[in-house]
Amino acid sequence: MNEPLLRMQNIRKVFSGVVALDDVDFTLERGEVHSLVGENGAGKSTLIKVMTGAYNRDGGEMFFEGKPVNFRTPEEAQNAGVVAVYQEVNLLMYRSVAENMFLGREPRRFGLIDWARMYREAGETLRNLGLQIDPKVVLGSLNIASRQMIAIARGVSLGAKILVLDEPTSSLTDHEVGLLYDVIRRLKEQGTGIVYISHRFDELYAVCDKVTVLRDGKFIATRPLAGLERVDLVCLMLGKQREDLEKKGATAFGEHHEARKAETLLQIENLTRGRRLKNVSLHAGRGEILGMAGLLGSGRTDVARAVFGADAIDKGKITFEGKELKLRSPNDAIKAGIAFLSEDRKAEGIVPEWSVRENMTLAALPALTSLGVVSRVKQNEIVEKFMRRLGIKASSGEQKIRELSGGNQQKVLLARWLCKNPKFLILDEPTRGIDIGAKGEIQGLINELADEGLGVLMISSELEELVEGSSRIVVMRDGECAAELRGADISQDSIINAMATE
Amino acid sequence: MAEAITPPITKRSASSFADYAPTYGAAAALILLVLANIVFTPNFADVDNFRNILVQVTPTMLVAIGMTFVIATGGIDLSVGSLMAIASAVAAISLDYGAYPAILAALAVVTLIGAFSGWLIATFKIQPIIVTLALLIAGRGIAQVISNGGQLIPFSNPSFEFWGKDSLFGILPVPIFVMVLIIGLAIFVLRATIFGRHVIAVGGNENAARLSGISVNRTKIMVYALSGLLAGIAGLIYTARLGASDASQVGQTIELDAIAATVVGGTALTGGRATVIGTVIGALIMQIITTSFNMNGIKFSYALVIKAAIIIFVVYLQRPKSH
Repeated sequence: MNEPLLRMQNIRKVFSGVVALDDVDFTLERGEVHSLVGENGAGKSTLIKVMTGAYNRDGGEMFFEGKPVNFRTPEEAQNAGVVAVYQEVNLLMYRSVAENMFLGREPRRFGLIDWARMYREAGETLRNLGLQIDPKVVLGSLNIASRQMIAIARGVSLGAKILVLDEPTSSLTDHEVGLLYDVIRRLKEQGTGIVYISHRFDELYAVCDKVTVLRDGKFIATRPLAGLERVDLVCLMLGKQREDLEKKGATAFGEHHEARKAETLLQIENLTRGRRLKNVSLHAGRGEILGMAGLLGSGRTDVARAVFGADAIDKGKITFEGKELKLRSPNDAIKAGIAFLSEDRKAEGIVPEWSVRENMTLAALPALTSLGVVSRVKQNEIVEKFMRRLGIKASSGEQKIRELSGGNQQKVLLARWLCKNPKFLILDEPTRGIDIGAKGEIQGLINELADEGLGVLMISSELEELVEGSSRIVVMRDGECAAELRGADISQDSIINAMATE
Repeated sequence: MAEAITPPITKRSASSFADYAPTYGAAAALILLVLANIVFTPNFADVDNFRNILVQVTPTMLVAIGMTFVIATGGIDLSVGSLMAIASAVAAISLDYGAYPAILAALAVVTLIGAFSGWLIATFKIQPIIVTLALLIAGRGIAQVISNGGQLIPFSNPSFEFWGKDSLFGILPVPIFVMVLIIGLAIFVLRATIFGRHVIAVGGNENAARLSGISVNRTKIMVYALSGLLAGIAGLIYTARLGASDASQVGQTIELDAIAATVVGGTALTGGRATVIGTVIGALIMQIITTSFNMNGIKFSYALVIKAAIIIFVVYLQRPKSH
């Protein structure tokens, strides 16, 4: 029988009413390296967790080596041979390599650990993978790449038939990535099936045989990577047809923004931060909406965080209103007149137990305070003004923000910055995950603010939004500025091409 | 701009209600406890007895208020008892320079030590429980060194002892006056000042606080300094009342009572939700249990077990509703 190693069919997973996976299929052959790709919220990690027993599926079937299986815990999946390797987790820094590999199933002799056998077997596994690491060495003394290999070796010594590698290269150098590829190729030869998750296209094409694309919890396609053009892969991920990339009118930005004769407000030169940002240079003007495109992990958010002083940079120069900014913390950027609406509302935006009023005025507190006492009257003025101006739907300014819809939460967070009258506003995915009505209102507002002279940097994975809203677009790829599009060059097609080009 | 749907904005806030909701369970428990004692405990409903309870609760109350600020940021301070001892010892050995220089010196020392642990916690990202546990151990040692190996240091200094033994207008003991004043200040600071807002924001969502321009480190340093200061005041009042400094005993295990009072009052250990009034109620509950058991001649050992049961029960009553 030519039954595949793993077959998942019509997988469905629901979290308290929200569908995370809907009718997803996934098939993995022996000796195949299969990549799983998709933007945020596509359902990659949910699918992995269903596969490895961390979540129980709500629907669908799963066959492992032809037999129906139902892993209820990661242990069950592991015993059957399905092992996930997350970065560094589950490893003990102060124990030896061999102990880490045999953790929880140490070979025993007369009730005691059989150290000799443990070291011997660990050594054999490492040699088979082509790794020259002494199994007696303490894990913490190895570099990150070696630890990553140990995590994989642990999976192999567990007898894994399927290894799931979740972003295995995110903390590796280029040389170390090469070592990882060698290990993967050896595993492939031994017939192990590998699920490989990465945002880096170069890696997918270098090491993977097939790719499965997910979007918004739905199965989109499975394709062999050989012969699949990068542009087509990006189109699949973003849900675009190549032919209708020219479509217009889907957003509230109206017609294409004419590039205003913008006076430069912000200038960035050679911004560098580890492997995440490499010599990024760009400029943005007053009254201009500068769009920024890029796939997940392309460095788009890293640019925003660097300009806002949230991450320290290794090198580079940021000039704002003609003066060089030395940013040690977000507070420095805020004082200069920069505002940042971050991508992750829940983790970096709202204070959930707090009211709309407290959340909205959080950044403006110093201006509302005299002798250390916050003026409730001034707070209420701001709340009233912005609830009306942005059409925030809440029972009152005293309602807890966690009770509001995503769109209304986003408006409150936008108001948190607008009430400070910033000169430059960085928006990271301003309309993600909010309903269509609020989306249009926010887009209209951004447009209006730019007309009033505010400089805007808008990061978005929605191409319509970028194409119709921006006067120029910078496309990020692997930490670099891949292209700058302006005027007639701006189209969904040109963005996707810039995202995909090698 | 869409002005179409403008929600009504109510003038008076409903927040006071929502903010203190978690306190109701504790308030009910307190009222129940008082009523039960009035009925069953002879001489409980007596002005002297109430006054006595309030004087006795003062150190725990002050420490618990400091603890409330620390816990509001998501931290914890185990070092308070040792800081009480240090304040007590520093004051005792410097009383020769006068009561007020001694008080100032003692409070300055413990505030600085508190700020130092806050600095370690904020700058080096060491877990608060570790830093303050280390200080709990080391602080007791330091206090004993200051007081010649932990000897009892008796003193006679009326203007220092005033803060523990005297009464205002002959009826209001000074410790109660200080306690009420600090409770009032703490409620005000947490609710109305920018510092109070920053404390809650840091505990509620540290990332959001940092991205909103709040200096998270400075806020953390300040809450531990405040906790140190309040522990110092508690230590001095206790010492003044005793008329002697007992560096090896003062403040032993008070951190546990203070944490219990804070949690029973409805402040979330995860940070981001804090109520000073709740802590006041929590501290009173703890004290009344102890006092009433004494008055009824129930053994202290039983009292401990029942106290624990009541803590668990009250915390269970106000567990957050899942949403």
